[in-house]
Amino acid sequence: MQRIVLWAMSTLTVVVLLLGYRTSLSGPMATAGAPSPYSASAPATAASSDTGSGSGSGSGQARTAQSGAGSGTGSTDVTGSTVSTRYGPVQVQLTVAQGTITGAQVLQYPSGDPRSAQISSYALPTLVQETVDQQSAQIDMVSGATYTSTGYEQSLQSALDQAGL
Amino acid sequence: MRTVSTADPATWRSVAHVMGMPVSVALRGRHAGSPTGTEAWHEVVALLESVDRDYSPYRADSWVSRVDRGEATLGEGPAGLREVVALGEAARRDSDGAFDVWRADQDGRRCFDPSGVVKGWAAQRASLMLTWLPETDVCLSVGGDLVCRTADPTGTPWQVGIEHPLHPARVVARVPVVRGGVATSGLSHRGGHVVDARTGQVPVGIASVTVLADDVVTADIDATAALALGAAGPAWLRRRGRTAVVVRSDGSAEVVAA
Repeated sequence: MQRIVLWAMSTLTVVVLLLGYRTSLSGPMATAGAPSPYSASAPATAASSDTGSGSGSGSGQARTAQSGAGSGTGSTDVTGSTVSTRYGPVQVQLTVAQGTITGAQVLQYPSGDPRSAQISSYALPTLVQETVDQQSAQIDMVSGATYTSTGYEQSLQSALDQAGL
Repeated sequence: MRTVSTADPATWRSVAHVMGMPVSVALRGRHAGSPTGTEAWHEVVALLESVDRDYSPYRADSWVSRVDRGEATLGEGPAGLREVVALGEAARRDSDGAFDVWRADQDGRRCFDPSGVVKGWAAQRASLMLTWLPETDVCLSVGGDLVCRTADPTGTPWQVGIEHPLHPARVVARVPVVRGGVATSGLSHRGGHVVDARTGQVPVGIASVTVLADDVVTADIDATAALALGAAGPAWLRRRGRTAVVVRSDGSAEVVAA
């Protein structure tokens, strides 16, 4: 567990760096509400980066939670201690499963207005199996290569737009 | 054949064609279909039309075309032009030159084409016309580059499909996005419109790259750079800590996660 926490803290530094780059430079601390389940995928590269930006004390506290993915193997949530950055305090929670960081959630981030915080919030993409009925996919919008208005006529996005008109 | 069903039937949608591309919007919540929401959508279209006038390489009188012909300097153009060039310069450094808004054409002439930056940059700017709408979830697609934002950071995510580059009526992957940018670069639809700026060659082996990032500007640039890098693209994305979907020319797909 000690190793995992250390690993978590080194990753925390990376997360802090990302936050520092994106978030507001000023404003009082704001605490996010219930963390979104669709948090940024963890930068799981065990960073050896020595940035000096984060100053984590390393006193992360861990609790074990059963993974909701039904994999049968437990995952552990590691809550990092609050880290002071020049942008304000940051606290993240990492989900560790079988020694691999599978998720990161920001519990607290520096921002005057949580609405303005530029924290990415998305899950890992899931590849769609060929056997799945593509047309019935419950999707809102399609990201595709640059397409012309001509190519659009045959695209799935076109069908989606028509469905809503 | 079943018809397409959207994730939420209460979603308000519209589509316009600007910059030669379809621009689609989906709104949920308070201003989905409201006069204010509709007016904001019209502002999106107006902004993109002005971007087209200033930045289209297909318009002889655009700033981009004038700079390309040497008739105008970057300093004479609108401030956005210098933003776009600065973004392109950062991308050039990050990609070891594979991405470059300046490149030599077949005759060796130095061409100015910031299209690889403009789309994401325009999508980000245009989305600002919508994301201020209170209690309203926004999903905007500018030619397949998406800005997603739910009013409530813990709200229902937008379900984003990633188009199969070889079968445009299909999705190759899906990803729920609460807030973030999603952009895809590929060789489909327009043919080989992405080249490695160092060699002028169309990359081989990769059909499309989709990148998720905090903002669509980053996602767009990194998707284009990764595509230009060809076979080296996935490893490059991994080093940058990006989340991405790479579809190879044979149709096989890979999720890249840091």
